[in-house]
Amino acid sequence: MASTRDNNDDSNRLLASVDWFTVLLYVVLVVYGAVSIYASTTAANASDVSMFDFDTYSGKQFVWIGLSFIIGFSLLLIDRRLYEAYAYPIYAVMIIILIATAFLSPNIKGSHSWLKFGAVSLQPAEFAKTTTALALAKLFSTYGFQLRGWRTYIVPVGIIFLPVLCIILENETGSALVYFSLIFVLYREGMNGFVLFALLCAISYFVIVLKFAGSLIMGIPLGTFIVLTCVMIVIVLMLLIYCRSLILGRNVALGYIACALIAWGLSAMGVHINGYAFFFTVIPLSLIYLLIGMFRDDLNKVLMTVIFAAVSIIYMFSVTLAFNHVLKPYQQNRINIALGIEEDIKGKGYNVNQSKIAIGSGGLTGKGFLEGTQTKLNYVPEQHTDFIFCTIGEEQGFLGTSAVLLLFLTLILRVIAIGERQHTTFGRVYAYCVASILIFHLTINIGMVIGVVPVIGIPLPFFSYGGSSLWGFTLLLFILLRIDAVRSEYGTW
Amino acid sequence: MRKDYNLEKRKFVIGGFIVVIVAIYLCKLFDLQILDDKYSEIAVNNARSTKITHPSRGQIYDRNGKLVVYNEPAYDLVVVPRDVQEFDTLGMCKILRLDRKDFETLWKNMSDPEKNKNYSATTPQPLVQNLDSTTYGHLQETLHRFPGFDIAQRIIRRYNYVSAANVLGNIREVNAEDIERDSDNYYLPGDYTGDMGVEKSYEKYLRGVKGKEIFVRDARGRIVRDEQGKIKYYNDGKDNVDPIAGKDLQLSLDIELQQYCEGLMRGAAQRGQIMHGKRGAIVAIEPKTGEVLALVTSPNYDPAMLVGKDRGKNYAKLVDDGTKPLYDRAIMAAYPPGSTFKPTQGLIFMQEGITNINTSYPCYRGYINKGLKIGCHGHGSPIALQPALATSCNGYFCWGLYYMLKNHKYENLDSAFTVWKNYMVQMGYGYKLNIDLPGESRGFIPNAKFYNDNIGEGKWGANTILSIAIGQGEIMATPLQIANLSATIANRGYYITPHVVKQIRDVGIPKEYTEKHQPSINREYYENVVTGMRMAVTGGTCKNANLPGLEVCGKTGTVQNPHGQDHSVFMGFAPKDDPKIAICVYVENAGFGAQVAVPLGSRIFERYLLGKSRNENDEIVSEDTVSNEIENGANKWSDKWLQERPSVFDKKEVPAQLNPDNTPKQESEKTAHHPSPSDPINGLPQNREQEQAILTQPIVDIFTRYGIYKG
Repeated sequence: MASTRDNNDDSNRLLASVDWFTVLLYVVLVVYGAVSIYASTTAANASDVSMFDFDTYSGKQFVWIGLSFIIGFSLLLIDRRLYEAYAYPIYAVMIIILIATAFLSPNIKGSHSWLKFGAVSLQPAEFAKTTTALALAKLFSTYGFQLRGWRTYIVPVGIIFLPVLCIILENETGSALVYFSLIFVLYREGMNGFVLFALLCAISYFVIVLKFAGSLIMGIPLGTFIVLTCVMIVIVLMLLIYCRSLILGRNVALGYIACALIAWGLSAMGVHINGYAFFFTVIPLSLIYLLIGMFRDDLNKVLMTVIFAAVSIIYMFSVTLAFNHVLKPYQQNRINIALGIEEDIKGKGYNVNQSKIAIGSGGLTGKGFLEGTQTKLNYVPEQHTDFIFCTIGEEQGFLGTSAVLLLFLTLILRVIAIGERQHTTFGRVYAYCVASILIFHLTINIGMVIGVVPVIGIPLPFFSYGGSSLWGFTLLLFILLRIDAVRSEYGTW
Repeated sequence: MRKDYNLEKRKFVIGGFIVVIVAIYLCKLFDLQILDDKYSEIAVNNARSTKITHPSRGQIYDRNGKLVVYNEPAYDLVVVPRDVQEFDTLGMCKILRLDRKDFETLWKNMSDPEKNKNYSATTPQPLVQNLDSTTYGHLQETLHRFPGFDIAQRIIRRYNYVSAANVLGNIREVNAEDIERDSDNYYLPGDYTGDMGVEKSYEKYLRGVKGKEIFVRDARGRIVRDEQGKIKYYNDGKDNVDPIAGKDLQLSLDIELQQYCEGLMRGAAQRGQIMHGKRGAIVAIEPKTGEVLALVTSPNYDPAMLVGKDRGKNYAKLVDDGTKPLYDRAIMAAYPPGSTFKPTQGLIFMQEGITNINTSYPCYRGYINKGLKIGCHGHGSPIALQPALATSCNGYFCWGLYYMLKNHKYENLDSAFTVWKNYMVQMGYGYKLNIDLPGESRGFIPNAKFYNDNIGEGKWGANTILSIAIGQGEIMATPLQIANLSATIANRGYYITPHVVKQIRDVGIPKEYTEKHQPSINREYYENVVTGMRMAVTGGTCKNANLPGLEVCGKTGTVQNPHGQDHSVFMGFAPKDDPKIAICVYVENAGFGAQVAVPLGSRIFERYLLGKSRNENDEIVSEDTVSNEIENGANKWSDKWLQERPSVFDKKEVPAQLNPDNTPKQESEKTAHHPSPSDPINGLPQNREQEQAILTQPIVDIFTRYGIYKG
């Protein structure tokens, strides 16, 4: 029946089935972005320079936006099967381009990631996200492919890490980190949730240990104290939820509480108890108890719990060790500043501090369009690119920042929803790739600007000035829309 | 395709993750933007660059509206060290026409907290002072290339007359102590403040109110300008405040009389010089108003010496000069008043009923009683008050005080003496008069406690201390206090605190300078004294002061100086019935009062009342009509007292006013003691040792200067 339809009809049906809500979100975001760029680059002494003046960043951004619309529309017209069919070749070509870029491109602020085409420069790394997502989707849609057993991880992880290596070669660490977000895709497609949980624990422990290393409690650093307490809680929770062993969980929990009460009572009576002595008596004892008791229960899972606890403790100590002895001072600095341990307003923390000042001074409704002093007086560097969120914070206030955050949240949730309504693994995996990448960019970029995440130079999607970034995200999003648009061909679930 | 519902649930984990992240970020943003106020402040401070604009300092006029002190702008190159970025040092040196080395030295001096006591990295620090107009022009054009640098305008005081340096004072840069003591928080490093004279005492009026201009400063510390290069003000200038100019002062001084009097003391004025000559002081007061018409100290100096870049050098010169030109003898020097003191005694005796107008005391060449002889010169005997004033008889006043202190109407000697002392205090002696000039001395009037402490209770009596009756002994008074007595007598019994400022423009005059002070002595007694003083001019010791057509009243003084030639003093007023001017002339080591001080006094009357001026070099006629007033005027005991205090006299402390700039001042005011209602009787301060050191210092200066003092 498809063969009898004429082209016009085909296009109409296609346009009707495009997810216009997402397109609307996209348009709002890019226009909001360009206006913010105008606000962030209008100098305090300039009067009435048009937003559309080609000499301004906003004017150029509007050109990029116009071209993006054309690209987006063109993408919608391409047969969706082409994306699936050519996923690997496109991926391969992109890898070659990335490697070539690393060697051919000029050094711009230490990175070799720009390719010059006449007047315009493009950053291939921004497009590699799309190709990697396509390749990953293609892999998962391969008949019979399932994440089962560690061997099955080799290829997908390889697909993810190949561009990472190329981008690190280009000295663009920030962009390379984006690919780690694809772990969400692996998780969605069957990776053990335990990995994600371990990752979460790893990050939290890392932050806690370093952030609270300064003060002492019971003779040990507060950070260590908190983490060890968390380890104990995690043991109990794992026993109860993961192992579903109520008896073991209850016994361990009661044991911990009893020990804690005894320790508290003793210290109240004036007996000094060293924190290490306490934890390294209580935790090993509980683990030994578990090793004995596990035979009555699900052996593997309890063993897993014991190993996880042991690894957590080892990890915690190695973080301190690695931080103090392996990381270079500037890396320590960045982490310290991000964790709020160090205030380094003049040096490394200057950007973040000024950006916090800009955002913080915005108040509820902001200083008004083009009225931001921090912005206009160039107190925040990179303001039209990575720190664009400052301008919104300063000039639009909390209303502006929360609007942007909610717009992004809506977009991401929409993309996840699109992913879940796909009929094909290809479409779903691709959608999750898009969602993961957006999640990562949003989390890192805004976290950096408000000072809760180390400074990692990645743009805010659709907002930050730059053609490559805008085109890259347009490509990513519109291919998804094209893939999604054919779901009508299958009918609905 | 198989749909795995188990895995589909994971969308909640992933979606939940971003929801949680967004929620955390929203909380963080809420905290940053709404709960925490500090960022708004920081942003405002980031963007604002405040420049203080200085008001022009009030100008100073004399009583006749002649401009005496005015302003001229001067420009300094200042630098805010924190805001300085890498700059073209060579370019800067070229503009300043300095060697790189010199520039670096200047920079080092500026940034060395040892040398620049006001150093702060965030406030403008003076780098080069008094830029010439070419450099100023160049800098104005190129300043934008040197962030952190700025040109500060300040004013330089200019003086139309080489005169009245002691009254006018000068201005200097504030030091750390000034800033610390400044309760109004007005001063910032680099500001100027009045030093000495009315510049100091009227500082709060003269300086005006600072304004501010708030500029917009970008991240690189540059002041933002619009496309036409015009400076943009923060908030469109709505937060700017215009400075309010300082109030002009109108002095009560007649600058021409002042100059004339100065000329009498030390010859012609010389620009930029210390002017030596006679040593001493002249004070002229308009009795009815208490307005000081002339306040002369000699030697003195050109006030312009303490302006501009030579200030430091000249200051050192003035401090080092042995004649102490910075020392305002008119108000700071406490001299024995000598015979000019006698009218006060006559007044007290009459008021206390010890004498009446006709009471006569014997004086055969002196007061001779119980082995004490205080010499006098030949005149009729016995003698009553008026002829005693006319001939400056010592005996009369010694007997008067003797009978007063012995009088049984008082409980005892102490209370009799306290009564006497209280009259003295009422007449303006023993405490500062509180003229509107800094550094005034209070002179010295002993009280009973003083003698009890120094001689011993019961060991002193009338005869022990009798020379105070003739203004010798322990009595000390400033020329201002003597002139004030003259004014009080001229007014027949009241005075208004002498002051050198007639009015502050738009403000008027402080109330304390309009209030009458009335010693509790009847007007008729004053009339008696006036007659006596008139007699002194017509036929007594001050004949030289007699001017045809003008009823001058006067009293000479020849102050016995155990260590050198006598001091010559004249106190008088004219005309008798409608006094327009009351004066005191005090010339150190000049001999008899009649010889030097009287002729000077008469010229001042002539000049001020008749508009005539004789040439200063005219022969001063000294008909030897007057013989030595005193043969042995000083208390035996006083001499001993003076000599037994080498520790006090040997101290060659620089008087408070003589300290160079930027060193902590020894504030004489700190130890000042004002009469308080709770302590109306005790003429002496609590802290005697300390106070005496200050009180006696002037005489010490005079004595030690000539190496005469033999203690």
